[in-house]
Amino acid sequence: MASVHIRNVHKYFGGTHVIRGVDIDIADGEFAVLVGPSGCGKSTLLRMVAGLEEISGGEIEIGGRVVNAIPPKERDIAMVFQNYALYPHMKVRDNMAFSLLLAKRPRSEIDSRVAKAASILGLGELLDRYPRQLSGGQRQRVAMGRAIVRDPQVFLFDEPLSNLDAKLRVAMRTEIKELHQRLKTTSVYVTHDQIEAMTMADQIVVMRDGVVEQRGKPLELYDHPANLFVAGFIGSPAMNFLPAKLRRAGDRAEVELADGARVPVPRDAAGEDGLPVIFGARPEHLSLAGAESGLAAEVVVVEPTGADTQVFAKIGGTDVTAVFRERHEFRAGEPIRLAPDHERTHLFDAASGKSLRT
Amino acid sequence: MNRFFDNRNVLGLIFMLPAAALLLVFLTYPLALGTWLGFTDARIGRAGHWIGLENFSMLVQDSVARLSLFNTLFYTVVASTIKFALGLWLALLLNRNLPFKSFFRAIVLLPFIVPTALSAIAFWWIYDAQFSVVSWALERMGLIHRYIDFLGDPWNARLSTIAANIWRGVPFVAICLLAGLQTIPPSLYEAAALDGATPWQRFRHVTLPLLTPIIAVVMTFSVLFTFTDFQLIYVLTRGGPLNATHLMATLSFQRAIPGGNLGEGAALATLMIPFLLAAILFSYFGLQRRKWQQGARD
Repeated sequence: MASVHIRNVHKYFGGTHVIRGVDIDIADGEFAVLVGPSGCGKSTLLRMVAGLEEISGGEIEIGGRVVNAIPPKERDIAMVFQNYALYPHMKVRDNMAFSLLLAKRPRSEIDSRVAKAASILGLGELLDRYPRQLSGGQRQRVAMGRAIVRDPQVFLFDEPLSNLDAKLRVAMRTEIKELHQRLKTTSVYVTHDQIEAMTMADQIVVMRDGVVEQRGKPLELYDHPANLFVAGFIGSPAMNFLPAKLRRAGDRAEVELADGARVPVPRDAAGEDGLPVIFGARPEHLSLAGAESGLAAEVVVVEPTGADTQVFAKIGGTDVTAVFRERHEFRAGEPIRLAPDHERTHLFDAASGKSLRT
Repeated sequence: MNRFFDNRNVLGLIFMLPAAALLLVFLTYPLALGTWLGFTDARIGRAGHWIGLENFSMLVQDSVARLSLFNTLFYTVVASTIKFALGLWLALLLNRNLPFKSFFRAIVLLPFIVPTALSAIAFWWIYDAQFSVVSWALERMGLIHRYIDFLGDPWNARLSTIAANIWRGVPFVAICLLAGLQTIPPSLYEAAALDGATPWQRFRHVTLPLLTPIIAVVMTFSVLFTFTDFQLIYVLTRGGPLNATHLMATLSFQRAIPGGNLGEGAALATLMIPFLLAAILFSYFGLQRRKWQQGARD
């Protein structure tokens, strides 16, 4: 068991600055998810923790030990690769036993540890198969088995579910989370899928262009995104953004949309009268309103999924999405009124993109 | 008539004909003729008569023929082993991220693309008793006091021809193995490094097992080429001195064409077939597709 601290870490590939001063603290036993669009540096950062990439600047500490100069095999970590990286010429049993064999553990200990890991992951039947004879989900499980037999201080996952089909991905997601609750090993998990991040993480680290945009608990990020990027990245369907101007009269704060409509915003919103802002409202925080309240919108497409109804509409010229728990039937072009849940709306500085809620 | 030509089988047969004809005329017919000649007493300018195994029983008692068998086996085993070791080493070097990688890869191929006869002539000069650059250099460095008689002494000649063959054969092995190395995903090495494998253990437990299928193919070809080598020997030594470098291929030619004994030469050539067959069967059975290479459930 160990905590992981990443302090002001930089990475250059030739002249390209791909990680630009990242600080992350992961507590002992925590499940941290690095999430961001492709090319944001999340995988590179993970590989630096693993020791597969050199650290150009700053330091990484695992379990109280700065590991910058320590080779991968001495860092006491295990990694699950996106393409599983199972040894094709070894049976499942030998794949899992390989690291213990190299560590010259006694045969009896190896056997019992492999058997234990296999039973945790339900691999007992597959121990004498070759990786090629397994399905994608089974291979994924063997890759995890190979990691857990070693009982390392930290698990690293590099987009482990992205080669699986949608249904299996959801199942494996639960399985990994369950495994973590059972083993309580510190884990760092890289994904580009915000749903994976939201569902699995104790701590989410949102990255973009080599910097950390925000980190915190999943619901913290959902409720209080620090900027436009995080607001748009976390949550599905994505948050609606409407350009507006901040209006203040006494202690009342409102935003004025492009078409002149006014919507009240939470009290804690900072900013002067007339400030150009982006008004944000999540699709699930919009509701149908009567003739006099809410914002005038025009229905474009309606997608009933059974559980809920997604409505794509236009407010002014801007596309918005609304999700209703109730079933509604709308025609294309039908005018409706959408009312945001005021206390759950968001306000961002149009120039910097930073949240104006304090 | 049209329907006849539309038939898949008929059409397939027609398309196959040219290839089949080429194979029959240039491969099957010479092989059959050669084997047939081995059982006759044909000489140049005289059609032979069937004499059964007479050629073969004579060759078995012929000390020169027996020497050529020893030479061929020695030549093949030593040269192939060293070609494999050097080729693997070169391939591993070239598989790294070296500067000017493609330049070095091109350079390595050079010995392979130069016509054998030409490179053999170059070696002839290198091994010359009076003008050898090797002897000259060694003498200048004070390592030897008399020029080495590379091709005049039986063992020197054997080793010299083997060295020339290795020089020529290494690129083939190296480039094929390099191609094999590049099919191994880098993440396997990373996984092994995290599993605690040293560079040697990564080679031993990841590289080598994943390379065996290619090694099998490459070494089969390498052994076949080496066993049947002719050009190098013919240019460098013509089998001398004292038949010390005569391979079965060169001796067979010697007996058949300059010597005129077509039957005897053909018999000697035919005797190579069992050895070649053995090499092919060895690689076919011993090194055929491993179980782990096969697809899901067989």
